[in-house]
Amino acid sequence: MSKVRLLVGTHKGAFVMTSDGKRQKWEISGPHFAGWEIYHVKGSPVDPNRLYASQTSGWFGQVMQRSNDGGETWEPVGNKFEYDGVPGTHQWYDGTPHPWEFKRVWHIEPSLIDAEVVYAGVEDAGLFRSADGGQNWEELSGLRKHGSGPHWQPGAGGMCLHTIILDPSDPQRIYIAISAAGAFRTDDGGKSWRPINQGLRSEFIPDPDAEVGHCVHHVAMHPSRPNTLFMQKHWDVMRSDNAGDLWTEVSGNLPTDFGFVIDVHAHEPETIFVVPIKSDKEHYPLDGKLQVFRSKSGGNEWEALTKGLPQENCYVNVLRDAMSVDSLDKCGVYFGTTGGQIYGSSDAGDNWTAIARDLPAVLSVEAQTLP
Amino acid sequence: MIRVMLPGHLRTLAGIKGEVTLEVKGAATLRTVLDALEAAYPMLQGTIREYGTLKRRAFLRFFACEEDLSHEPMDALLPEAVALGKEPLLVIAAVAGG
Repeated sequence: MSKVRLLVGTHKGAFVMTSDGKRQKWEISGPHFAGWEIYHVKGSPVDPNRLYASQTSGWFGQVMQRSNDGGETWEPVGNKFEYDGVPGTHQWYDGTPHPWEFKRVWHIEPSLIDAEVVYAGVEDAGLFRSADGGQNWEELSGLRKHGSGPHWQPGAGGMCLHTIILDPSDPQRIYIAISAAGAFRTDDGGKSWRPINQGLRSEFIPDPDAEVGHCVHHVAMHPSRPNTLFMQKHWDVMRSDNAGDLWTEVSGNLPTDFGFVIDVHAHEPETIFVVPIKSDKEHYPLDGKLQVFRSKSGGNEWEALTKGLPQENCYVNVLRDAMSVDSLDKCGVYFGTTGGQIYGSSDAGDNWTAIARDLPAVLSVEAQTLP
Repeated sequence: MIRVMLPGHLRTLAGIKGEVTLEVKGAATLRTVLDALEAAYPMLQGTIREYGTLKRRAFLRFFACEEDLSHEPMDALLPEAVALGKEPLLVIAAVAGG
């Protein structure tokens, strides 16, 4: 019988949660790297027992960890993230030039075809690649050196490269997203990049239709349709059907279109999930009710999914990397909250149960479907 | 033999119990001791000193013999008691959290 493994990063360590295909009972191990911030843990699609974790601390900086046995044991690997050449400056919050400084790894994306190749998205925004299982890292500096780089500005959480999507149909194509620069695409394996923000509109920046400067929170793609992307922007849920060349808004009947997470059903490429958050001033759900919204039409028409989720006095947030799906039938959906809850649904969101209730604030959730 | 006491998180990261003892070639300075420490425990690279600049990370301090050595030149001699192994060099993380 298939199994599901959840890789959970929190403010105070990582947790590994496993269940059989019924997804009713979960075993939880951890905290791994206790006391450290674990921004992201992700497994290789080629070798699911090969895991990578981003372990970080305001005191001790960045550490990268690797496991070859599904998270039972770990070993530190390379943590030297040096920008290529003289990094130069980007804009600070007040518009003044600010030196590019490495702070932490936000997102890890293992290659779809080679277990030794892995990408890391970092703050201040940059994309790094390792070809030796995380021992050595090299910046794909064509992104940062894109002509718009000096104009990029941090979002409230820092100037982080938080989303990396590898195109399963074209190894040369990678999508990334940066808060608050926007989304970018390479078609040549990372040598050159171009902004893919046309159609985004952000009223809070001087030029609402600017080429860069949009606070993209997360982007998701179904592997069977690599040209279709779904985006949760700061405000607005968007979609593109031409690899990001043009975006259209699909917020539709959402009660608020601010939020962080977005994900796609494993078997239905037009079924997507978001968790609406009240506003950028109030980072919690509307009316104290935790609701996942699902669209089966690729956006615009949304339904609230609430069974098993708290419907009063709930004031948690769900951060950008804290939702994931498994590939069982029915599709499992999982998300974590800043209140330390992990919620799971084994029926594509119709019903939810709490897998864990009292973890540290959850930063990321990744689901692995195992044989 | 130089003795070094690390913060708990770094001891866990490096798999160290208690103090570290190090052989240091030449004079005992912050630089030579940290070089020897990182050579013995490569996973500590970047966690005490920043890569590139080799500057002390902002939230860490160096103490020995009840003296704050954090702002001493990296090539200044450590106190004799540290060089002789009678006292440890302390790497201390800023207290946070109330």
